[in-house]
Amino acid sequence: MADTGLVETLLRRVEKVDGGLDSQDVATSLGVDHQAIVGAVKSLQALGDVISAEQRSSKHWELTGEGCEIAEQGSHEARVVISIPEEGMPQSQLMKLAFGKVGFSKAMSNKWIRLDKGHEGGPRIFKTVEHLEDLVRDKLLLVQKGQASQLEEKEKNELKKRKLLSEVTVKSYWITKGSCFSTTITKQETELTPEMIASGSWKEKKFKPYNFEAMGVAPDCGHLHPLLKVRTQFRQIFLEMGFTEMPTNNFIESSFWNFDSLFQPQQHPARDQHDTFFLSDPAQAHEFPQDYLERVRKVHSEGGFGSQGYKYDWKIEEAQKNILRTHTTAVSARMLYKLAQQEKFTPVKYFSIDRVFRNETLDATHLAEFHQIEGVVADYGLTLGDLMGILHQFFNKLGITKLRFKPAYNPYTEPSMEVFSYHEGLKKWVEVGNSGMFRPEMLLPMGLPEGVTVIAWGLSLERPTMIKYGINNIRELVGHKVNLQMVYDSPVCRLDS
Amino acid sequence: MPTVSVKRDLLFHALGRTYTDEEFDELCFEFGLELDEITSEKDIISREQGDTKAEGASDVILYKIDVPANRYDLLCLEGLVRGLQVFKQKMEAPRYRRVSPANGEPQRLVITEETAAVRPHAVAAVLRNITFTLERYDSFIELQEKLHQNVCRKRTLIAIGTHDLDTISGPFTYTAKPPGDIRFKPLNQAKEYTAQELMSLYKTDSHLRHYLHIIEDKPVYPVIYDSNGIVLSMPPIINGDHSKISLNTKNVFIECTATDLTKAKIVLDMMVTMFCEYCEEPFTVEEAEVVYPDGRTCLYPELAYRKETLSADFINRKVGISESTEHIAQLLTKMCLRSEVTSDGEQIEVEIPPTRSDVIHACDIMEDAAMAYGFNNIPRTTPRTYTVANQLPLNKLSELLRQDLAAAGFTEALTFALCSQEDIADKLLKNISETRACHISNPKTAEFQVARTTLLSGLLKTVAANRKMPLPLRLFEISDVVLKDETKDVGARNNRRLCAVYYNKSPGFEVIHGLMDRVMQLLEVKPGQGNGYHIQAADDSTFFPGRCAEIFARGKSIGRLGVLHPNVINHFELTMPCSALDIDIEPFL
Repeated sequence: MADTGLVETLLRRVEKVDGGLDSQDVATSLGVDHQAIVGAVKSLQALGDVISAEQRSSKHWELTGEGCEIAEQGSHEARVVISIPEEGMPQSQLMKLAFGKVGFSKAMSNKWIRLDKGHEGGPRIFKTVEHLEDLVRDKLLLVQKGQASQLEEKEKNELKKRKLLSEVTVKSYWITKGSCFSTTITKQETELTPEMIASGSWKEKKFKPYNFEAMGVAPDCGHLHPLLKVRTQFRQIFLEMGFTEMPTNNFIESSFWNFDSLFQPQQHPARDQHDTFFLSDPAQAHEFPQDYLERVRKVHSEGGFGSQGYKYDWKIEEAQKNILRTHTTAVSARMLYKLAQQEKFTPVKYFSIDRVFRNETLDATHLAEFHQIEGVVADYGLTLGDLMGILHQFFNKLGITKLRFKPAYNPYTEPSMEVFSYHEGLKKWVEVGNSGMFRPEMLLPMGLPEGVTVIAWGLSLERPTMIKYGINNIRELVGHKVNLQMVYDSPVCRLDS
Repeated sequence: MPTVSVKRDLLFHALGRTYTDEEFDELCFEFGLELDEITSEKDIISREQGDTKAEGASDVILYKIDVPANRYDLLCLEGLVRGLQVFKQKMEAPRYRRVSPANGEPQRLVITEETAAVRPHAVAAVLRNITFTLERYDSFIELQEKLHQNVCRKRTLIAIGTHDLDTISGPFTYTAKPPGDIRFKPLNQAKEYTAQELMSLYKTDSHLRHYLHIIEDKPVYPVIYDSNGIVLSMPPIINGDHSKISLNTKNVFIECTATDLTKAKIVLDMMVTMFCEYCEEPFTVEEAEVVYPDGRTCLYPELAYRKETLSADFINRKVGISESTEHIAQLLTKMCLRSEVTSDGEQIEVEIPPTRSDVIHACDIMEDAAMAYGFNNIPRTTPRTYTVANQLPLNKLSELLRQDLAAAGFTEALTFALCSQEDIADKLLKNISETRACHISNPKTAEFQVARTTLLSGLLKTVAANRKMPLPLRLFEISDVVLKDETKDVGARNNRRLCAVYYNKSPGFEVIHGLMDRVMQLLEVKPGQGNGYHIQAADDSTFFPGRCAEIFARGKSIGRLGVLHPNVINHFELTMPCSALDIDIEPFL
């Protein structure tokens, strides 16, 4: 708040004039610094419409440093004349004075002095006038008093050329009365207080306006991880669609459940050391449902259940090898086997979202572990059309409406379909998931009834999350190298918008 | 998924028409292929080795097409064209026939019992009066390579050898000998080498070194001789130079040696069916006789046609369409599965050709019918399966706790389940043997040596990666660790943990303690002994002595909290004091 006295003085001045007044003039007449008046204007503006102030700029003349010196002590030429005694002065001595050089030539051209070049002892200067009129000084004094307007333009320019005057631009305010003009001002309150509320004094008070341009203070809070926010939404979608969550809290799985039970042959490249993490401790699984294991062995090595089989020497040692599961379908297999052991089959819809592991080459979009989203439906008489219909509903909930399906190959589903959606940004079809019907060679050895079809689909959680949050490098999203600022700043997750 | 690269113009010529890239892409999509890339020899070299190297290379347009891993019949131009032409009903699928040689005496390949120790199976066939052109020859070599990489599992299961029959004379002997006893001039070499010398010669060969391990440690190496003692090949490493085929070769002897006989028969069938169209009598293959150590004989290639009978109803029901029996038979015929409606009009008799080894069940036939119908023409329906959804209680609890931990001012981290031994042991001042950790046998780097036994190291690494963030850092994670557990079928189980850290200029034990109190409040456990929760001083090497407590809830130890040991702070390249909480949440289910 500017000095209250000055503010009130200013208001009284504004009251007295009819049109308005210039802040610069006010400063001059009050003999205060212009900045003080500017401060008063600003604080009055903050009060609302007390005054209106319009910024303008004007030019005026000011003395330079040298000009000030002359205004005080006289022009150089005048000082030359004054310093010369009656008997004259050697030119060399005059030239030693600070004002000597300039003063000498000016005084010469004014004919105030004369030079005797042939004087004995060197050239000597004598004054030729007793009284002189120092016009330069007089003019400068006028400007100093703010009466520059009395000088002619030509005179001012001449002084400017001599670097005694300079023209400066001054910003000032043209102050007029505002719609709420008053000469008294009430002090503004910054905040509402409990006392004001109790006494009701807030009714009379004026409050300092808020600066709505500024940012607020960030709340002190924790944040959920973006990938897991997306996981929550996918869980929600499955739950809305009536799917029950599978227990996927078993990262370590036997090759039997991860591969063999899914009719994935033992020489399949996915079972290679290069693709899968094998365990050295605990290296082997030691417990299998024996009659089921026998049926699995048979369907691989000899066929059966309407299948030719793969006709190779199926080895229990391969099936026993423990691995880090390569897909959550291993859990689906356990669940379907469990379902088949029920006395009477009941239709099920299952889902899971959890980690899977691949011993792959890592890059900006691939890590050794990622989250797989999986949906499974088992019932009598399900069709390929049903699978496409359910995928349509699922992806609709993600805001993806245009789908098409490409035939694909997967060892444990037949038919297998890759799901493509039309990407409006990229203007092309992009793969968004995989799907299929589990093979009879997988389902029948489990003991599921003949007519039961199981349809399933899967996708990764990381890819839609990276697209959703515009992240290009997966390491910035998953793992310890995460950028916490990104976590702090990430918005809520609504997959359909 | 294998990728086949074919010259575009050659492909269009064979297909009898041209396509725009979009049209061809569309055709691929329908047929279950993917036009992966449109490029040229020049583009590829320039991308891999720079523009200067690419100068003068061919700029003929190449289509790179992704083929499903089980469709060995689409791995060369010949197969692709045949598949697409039959699909577009421009031609009928050819019938492949095995024929006897004119003189009635088939080529013989005699297997000796020594092979049993290393690579026991072999099959063979002859392509008689074949005409190669440069393109056909290149395609023939390329198909062998594709088969070697895929169905042959990098030659471990099967190795293919092709020979100019006119340079050798049968009967041939497939035997196995100590490497020092095998000596011949291998393909494209100027002199003879012993098998031993070859193995060291090829140690540095960018291509062949990948196959050496298959026989390297065996006492005997497989080898095939002709009746004059000329070496045809030393499978699965290299052929002899003597019998190599050229553009002028008229008669090709093909042998496949294997550890898996079923796949060897498939591979031989693929080699001959793909290229017998260039024989004087197209689509015929001359048989060869294989004599086993026990005296049995077999004629190859098998070229077996198998019949399956199924109903249109089965296909309609599985796919979700209602097409006539006749129409479904037509659809299957388009997929190279020649089909006829049986005399009663109800059933479809489907003939599976030797090229379609992928068809092993009626469901494979059903898929082909659906593909020929067009997946995207099938009406999308909603199954009427009625079910009630249930959350997994453990995940439900985790979800609820996550929300409240964030509300308590802690930020959620998401760290890796795999890490180094050092992360869970040395860095936390623990001995690896006391961690109950599961160990990975084939990690490519130290980052994947074990499954984590604690969430703490992941959180501390997250703090280390975010040292620039304003203090204090408050982090938590609710996730699984993995512990060895003899009672489980696989010998290990997951354990759901809640871990939190507070990192600031002062240790903030009271902050982490307060968080623990809050968690107990959320879980409806009151302070106190017995049925409540309490903490008591504990010794734990990870924590600063005298600054660690064990947490008991309902009489059971559920975890620890405390101020971390300064050496732990150092090991994770941190500089500030840090307090931590680590509890098992499974007892609260």
